[in-house]
Amino acid sequence: MATETRSSTPVGKRPAGVATTPAWRRFARGFLYRREASVLLVLLGLAVYFRFTSPVFLDRANLVNIAQATAPGAIVAVGIVLLLVSGEIDLSVGMVFALAPFLMHYAADFYGVPPIPAILLSLVISALIGLGNGLIVCLLKVPSFVATLGTFYVLQGVVLTTSNAYPAEIPPSMEGRIRSWLGAGDWAELAWCLLIVAVFHVVLTRMRWGIYTVSVGGNLLGATESGIRVNRIKIGNFMIASVLGASAGIMEAFRVHTIDPNLGGGTGVTFTAISAAVIGGTALAGGSGTIIGALLGAAVLAVLQNGFNLIGISANPFFLILGTAILISMIANQYLARLRRAGGT
Amino acid sequence: MSQPLPEPTRESLSEPVFRADNLAKSFGAVVALSDVSLRLGRGEVLGLIGDNGAGKSTLVKILCGFHKPDAGTISLQGEEVSLRSVEHARSLGIDIVYQDLALVNELSVFHNMFLNREPVRWRLLQNRQMRRLARQHLESLGITTISDVGVEVAKLSGGQRQAIAVARAVYSDAKVLLLDEPLAAMGAKEGALILDLIQDLRATGDVSMIVIAHNYAQILEVCDRINVLQHGRITLDKPVAETSIEELTDLMVTEYRNARRELGA
Repeated sequence: MATETRSSTPVGKRPAGVATTPAWRRFARGFLYRREASVLLVLLGLAVYFRFTSPVFLDRANLVNIAQATAPGAIVAVGIVLLLVSGEIDLSVGMVFALAPFLMHYAADFYGVPPIPAILLSLVISALIGLGNGLIVCLLKVPSFVATLGTFYVLQGVVLTTSNAYPAEIPPSMEGRIRSWLGAGDWAELAWCLLIVAVFHVVLTRMRWGIYTVSVGGNLLGATESGIRVNRIKIGNFMIASVLGASAGIMEAFRVHTIDPNLGGGTGVTFTAISAAVIGGTALAGGSGTIIGALLGAAVLAVLQNGFNLIGISANPFFLILGTAILISMIANQYLARLRRAGGT
Repeated sequence: MSQPLPEPTRESLSEPVFRADNLAKSFGAVVALSDVSLRLGRGEVLGLIGDNGAGKSTLVKILCGFHKPDAGTISLQGEEVSLRSVEHARSLGIDIVYQDLALVNELSVFHNMFLNREPVRWRLLQNRQMRRLARQHLESLGITTISDVGVEVAKLSGGQRQAIAVARAVYSDAKVLLLDEPLAAMGAKEGALILDLIQDLRATGDVSMIVIAHNYAQILEVCDRINVLQHGRITLDKPVAETSIEELTDLMVTEYRNARRELGA
């Protein structure tokens, strides 16, 4: 990956001028060339701004709010980044997010499955939904945008039909420790989120799966010719995205303490995740993306919404800002990419 | 590039490292190859030339294991082999450098060099090791224009990219290397880089190469022998010393003349 190779010492001849630049300036330049840098700066800028406009912004309770608003979007965004990098997308993940807690509830309350197996069962079924998406895209050659749009509505139908569009309660067997460890605890969601981000950051940048994902999205034909099993990579990423969506949904249900057919607001969480990925510096064209960037992107969105609430601005212009932020970050991305290409060596 | 090429020795030609006999392939009613036989001596560079539509791509795809021939056999070091897939062919030492280059722009040079055979430890990529090996390997092939193997392939020129693709194939211990249009869409300077590389590889004697091209004038000087493919058949097979650009041009132009006559008729 570009970011990774740039962070280590360049090999070979260096232009004479570079050796004489002070270390801090080289560091600053290296930092700015990292895709995550601009998002981090925006995040810090927002934090500073809201700290000075609202005295409670940095209070523990508010930080918990921000953490809980960041985590689900970021977890879903991790899967979205993997898919975007491999040149695909999953719109249905937001509905897996809503369906997974119901699957868990049906298993536990209607079939008497113990808590942990019920959760695992729900994740397995979600993985199968991802498998279905992957097979439709890779074997039946339906573009993922359309295929997962179809899955989205199918799953929405399943959620609404099986639940009669009524919320359900968290299975009693899961109250207490399970619920608080898996979502309801103040920092539980964020802790899981950071763990997932760390693991998949390593997967994307330091493991075969990651560079094959980049290869599949960057040069599908070339990857095939190199002997990479491209369908396996893509289908695998669809499954990862689905399972992550399901995990985030279950945690969110535990946190809000109800299993709601409208959990995640339908397309809401999908779009939040895509926005986080895009703001974080992942290109929709495939071949490049960053998971840490997506986490930062999700945090930016959460801080924005939270800060608006605190300083008493109506939530309505939030979308105006969200939309503008996406446009600006995409335009900046194009510009920065050109800059990186010109000055990276 | 200035040194004269040594004549291929008798032995090398009498004992081909790679040969194809009576290959035929049709796609529906379209006959792509009707009866193609060729042989490649040890350490030899064979130029395979032919116009667009002569069946070059089909032939190459059969030789690298992508297509199965309808009829005919392929032998490697005297033993008949049935190539099941590109990967299978590669495991036998037959590798191909594609015209469209199987390089991933978004990955670094060394990740590309090791694509699909990355060294891993505890499932983590050994980037430092790859970096070092890639640099050593490029140096050993005399590829000096790439100073930083950590750079993204997207930043390299066409010639550099082709050089990396060739280097990658050589690194995987290819005994028979198929180069599909290695000079396509390349300027003179870039092309010279590749021709030099082919010549250097030839000098090592470890690799036998088939260079596929439709512009024969460029590759003539690095080849030992030339085969011309026309209408799914080999219509000429001569050592470079015994043929000339004029003869090849004549052969190719005649085809155009015939084609025009047919159109007129």
